[in-house]
Amino acid sequence: MGRFHIHADGTGHVHEHDLQRDHGDHERTASDVGDHSGYKETGKTRITILENLLSENDRVADDNGRQLATSDVCAVNLMSSPGAGKTTLLRKTLGSLSELLRIGVLEGDIATSLDADQLEGAGAAAISVVNTSAGFGGECHLDAVMVRAGMARLPLPELDLLIIENVGNLVCPAEFRVGEHAKAMVFAVTEGEEKPLKYPVMFRAVDVVVVNKVDLLPHLDFDLEVFLANLNAVNPSAQVILASARTGEGVSEWCAWLEARCLLACGEGILNLNHRDVNR
Amino acid sequence: MEGYDPSEVPLMHELSICNAIASTAAKHADGRSVTQVTVQIGHLRQVVPDALQFSWEVVSDATVLKDAALVIEQVPAVVECAFCGVRTTLDLPILACGHCEGFEVKLVSGEELVVVSIDLVDA
Repeated sequence: MGRFHIHADGTGHVHEHDLQRDHGDHERTASDVGDHSGYKETGKTRITILENLLSENDRVADDNGRQLATSDVCAVNLMSSPGAGKTTLLRKTLGSLSELLRIGVLEGDIATSLDADQLEGAGAAAISVVNTSAGFGGECHLDAVMVRAGMARLPLPELDLLIIENVGNLVCPAEFRVGEHAKAMVFAVTEGEEKPLKYPVMFRAVDVVVVNKVDLLPHLDFDLEVFLANLNAVNPSAQVILASARTGEGVSEWCAWLEARCLLACGEGILNLNHRDVNR
Repeated sequence: MEGYDPSEVPLMHELSICNAIASTAAKHADGRSVTQVTVQIGHLRQVVPDALQFSWEVVSDATVLKDAALVIEQVPAVVECAFCGVRTTLDLPILACGHCEGFEVKLVSGEELVVVSIDLVDA
């Protein structure tokens, strides 16, 4: 029982022994763990599993990550609520960066290719659409298995950067790793400053928040200071970029962030690629 | 928290999580009937227990998990302060020390999404 102790200040530990708490009236033995033999006469057997629900997803995500690494591709998972401006920002991004980096886009969309259609001719080297509809309504996020399927349709060795445009949703996408190097979020100032506190999982998960539609600020009651304080409360390390995909404000800062992530993920080599020199 | 309404969270989220619970449980059950599945869900996971229970009925039907009860153990979000070492159980998803109000805290619990155990009926 030595693990449990009270600190001098009176606070006690919440120990992981909660996990091992006896849940029933039968004794748990080592042979119960994943073992089919030795059923007890109680008519019931408890098998301890202690398996993370996302472990299967994470396994595939790791596979995806290795596949991206093999092809020297940096992947960024781009998330937001519906209508925050992901696709418009993506169009601008492709316009600015496609001469520097060969960019692939993996589009998660519940049932359409509307977003992908918007990107037509914007400068992507390749676009793969993953419809998340699965006969049971539509999935609300991209998981690692869907991204693996989408990646299979992309010429990875010919890409430097893969932007994964997730399904517009502030809840589920944050839970599912897909093998990306970084998570980015587009947040529109029309959404309200309390959102980081209401959707902490998403805001905590991301490396950068693009605060979009700042050109609308003069017409809104949105309090930017309060929003930034709320964001800082749930994720002090997130980088913030104030932007308007419509006017182009902040887009170069966002592109610089993407470029830096590519360098971090793939090394200097990525910017020494022949196609870049040819294009210049 | 003002304006906070967990019911805004779409049900699909719980359905996805239920599918993951079901597949993990079924894998370990290996064809045997299951009477109970126990899971731990951290408070920071934005999972609504009622929605999870409802999804469970949909997901578990017509499998070895049919009639299996889903027991949800909720795990509070606890942070430990880097400065004063005090552990705080959070009421809001604001990662701050309840003692010195510092933001340099380490998350101790609250992000769990774990299948703890399954109970089987002997054949």
